[in-house]
Amino acid sequence: MTTIAVDHDDHHDHVPTGIKRWLFSTNHKDIGTMYLIFALVMLFLGGGMAMLIRAELFMPGLQLLNPDLYNNLVTNHALIMVFGLVMPAAAGMANWMIPMQIGAPDMALPRLNNMSFWLLPAAAIMLMMSMLAPYFGTGGPVNTGWTLYPPLSIQAGMSMDLAIFTLHIFGISSILASINIVTTILNMRAPGMTLMKMPIFVWAWLMTGFLLILVMPVLAGGVTMLLFDRHFGTSFFDAAGGGDPVLFQHLFWFFGHPEVYVLLLPSIGVLGLIVPTFSRKELFGYKPLVIFMIILTLLGLVVWAHHQYTVGMSLAVTTYFMIGTILISIPIGLMIFNFIFTMWRGSITFETPMLFAIAIIVMFSFAGVTGLMLAVVPADMQYHDTYFVVAHFHYALIPGALFGLYAGVFYWLPKWTGHMYDEKLGKIFFWWTTIGFNLTFFPQHFSGLAGMPRRIIDYSHQFAEFNMISTVGAFVFGLSHILFLYIIIKTVRGGEKAGDMPWEGARTGTPGLEWTLSSPPPFHSFETPPEVK
Amino acid sequence: MDAAGKPKQLRTVVFLFALVVGMFAFGFALVPLYKLICSVAGINNLDATGSRVTLEEALSMGVATDRIVNMEFDATVNGDAPFKLTPITRKMSVTPGKVMEMEYQITNLSQEYVVTQSVPSVTPWQASEYLKKVECFCFTQQPLQAGESKKMLLRFSVDPELPKEYSVITLSYTLMDTKRGEVNTETAMVLE
Repeated sequence: MTTIAVDHDDHHDHVPTGIKRWLFSTNHKDIGTMYLIFALVMLFLGGGMAMLIRAELFMPGLQLLNPDLYNNLVTNHALIMVFGLVMPAAAGMANWMIPMQIGAPDMALPRLNNMSFWLLPAAAIMLMMSMLAPYFGTGGPVNTGWTLYPPLSIQAGMSMDLAIFTLHIFGISSILASINIVTTILNMRAPGMTLMKMPIFVWAWLMTGFLLILVMPVLAGGVTMLLFDRHFGTSFFDAAGGGDPVLFQHLFWFFGHPEVYVLLLPSIGVLGLIVPTFSRKELFGYKPLVIFMIILTLLGLVVWAHHQYTVGMSLAVTTYFMIGTILISIPIGLMIFNFIFTMWRGSITFETPMLFAIAIIVMFSFAGVTGLMLAVVPADMQYHDTYFVVAHFHYALIPGALFGLYAGVFYWLPKWTGHMYDEKLGKIFFWWTTIGFNLTFFPQHFSGLAGMPRRIIDYSHQFAEFNMISTVGAFVFGLSHILFLYIIIKTVRGGEKAGDMPWEGARTGTPGLEWTLSSPPPFHSFETPPEVK
Repeated sequence: MDAAGKPKQLRTVVFLFALVVGMFAFGFALVPLYKLICSVAGINNLDATGSRVTLEEALSMGVATDRIVNMEFDATVNGDAPFKLTPITRKMSVTPGKVMEMEYQITNLSQEYVVTQSVPSVTPWQASEYLKKVECFCFTQQPLQAGESKKMLLRFSVDPELPKEYSVITLSYTLMDTKRGEVNTETAMVLE
């Protein structure tokens, strides 16, 4: 370790400038920044699509879009938000924070790190090509939704091939990033930083990394089979040749369900740092929380078919998946209790990251409860593919993943930029975005329970009021992000100087080593490994 | 930072890459595994060819003379394949345990030699394991000359064990174009 650090000094005593700094970067902080900027661009792109979808659904009947474009937008909104926004944003945070938190000079494989980032813009461009291809006479759009179920996905035009390649590239990118992160965590911790002394965010990413390594290749295999069925005459999913379309659903959800935890866990890690900081109390039950995360990871791998209850599985199989799914609520529920007990009798202050943390605990629990309803087979027969499901997973993913990342941005922005963000604007953004989010998705529970099907451009008149509220809420929610962008730009450009430790309580419990560095941290940090006691 | 310089780190990286390759292979291994698990555990009962029996077995099932089950027959052509498939008998009252026969008419409307495969589906799906097939054109792929039309036999029996709540069983076939020039007599739909 020491010899490497000395070696490092010789080569990298200057900061590269210009475009080369970014294009050839092997610096974890620069790559982290690029990840986060990429995610922010995707947030506005995917969000813009959501605005178009909601605008169309403002009233019954067809106004703005045609069904092909609508389906195209629904698919790409999901793909962009999952693969373009949440995963890169979480990876960007990992890049920035994990080496600094565990006292490593950089990621274990810096060149691979550069590659896993620069694959992302390539994937995003290919996804845009997939969206636009139908307008150049290459057949129908990807109108299947992000699940890409055959036989519909076999019939789509060239845009489907482009979408498949997009998934390949996104997949390779996140597999390489995960390998890098897991290797860093396992090998590059500062002397004295044992596994059980790691900040909870690092633990969360260790689990996320393993999950991605385990499930991403299965998705890659599944979409490759799709490609073969489309072009090379195989019959993996084609009943005419002895295949089975349901097999694809199993392959997809074997990836798709753990993917939910891939999106969720980094945010749980951020919560595990923010709640103790602003409660000025040690994290309640650090060890159990780590154990719950491991249980969640393992259970998450074996419950995938609860997305397919209506496909016609036998009673024994659906019962197994139902019980497994319900079991998952135990570790997740206990995690929530960990956070609540951390706050109990703490001296809490309500800065923006803490406001987000509390909102996440409330709203994510809500998603947990609707998730339990959906886990029950006979009830799910009624709820399946309705707006109730849409409401459920947006409550899970927006607070569970996105708000966790927002909280992380506000928490570490002073560390990254050296400036405090505008607390007043931060609070306004919090209330604006939370109200907008609830206004959008809460009514969808009701329209879903009343039977409104998802993924369809038009709807029956009885759902008009709920959809009108939803659309108004969506625009409130969407517009709040302009303020978010403004706050970030303002903080980057200047503002009150942030000390090395901008949060009073940041050193409680199992903190990372990032607070021992200056704000902003030097370009190369921890070249001599720090000693952790 | 050079990974090769640090054996422990190199070992982690190699292990993780091996895990990725292994999981990719596992994805493909799931294809035969899925079929194996489904047939062994009888999990995916949608596959009605799973309840294939010999004539002797069908005759030895015993007859439940106290009830009648109504069978309905249906057919669909997959996509826009140039075929026609029609059940010659649309409805039939069946005494459970008795071996019955009916026929489907299949027509090739195209001017080419084709190979077709019929895929059965039973509604309600809970009844599919009780619908025993002695002989079915869905067991094998069917070749058809250009413009050829022929009758295809279905010989079946409803298991007397069929729970009382199912009084109507619909058997529906979807006719697929295999787009393959040669007949594959042992299709994947039938495992035995």
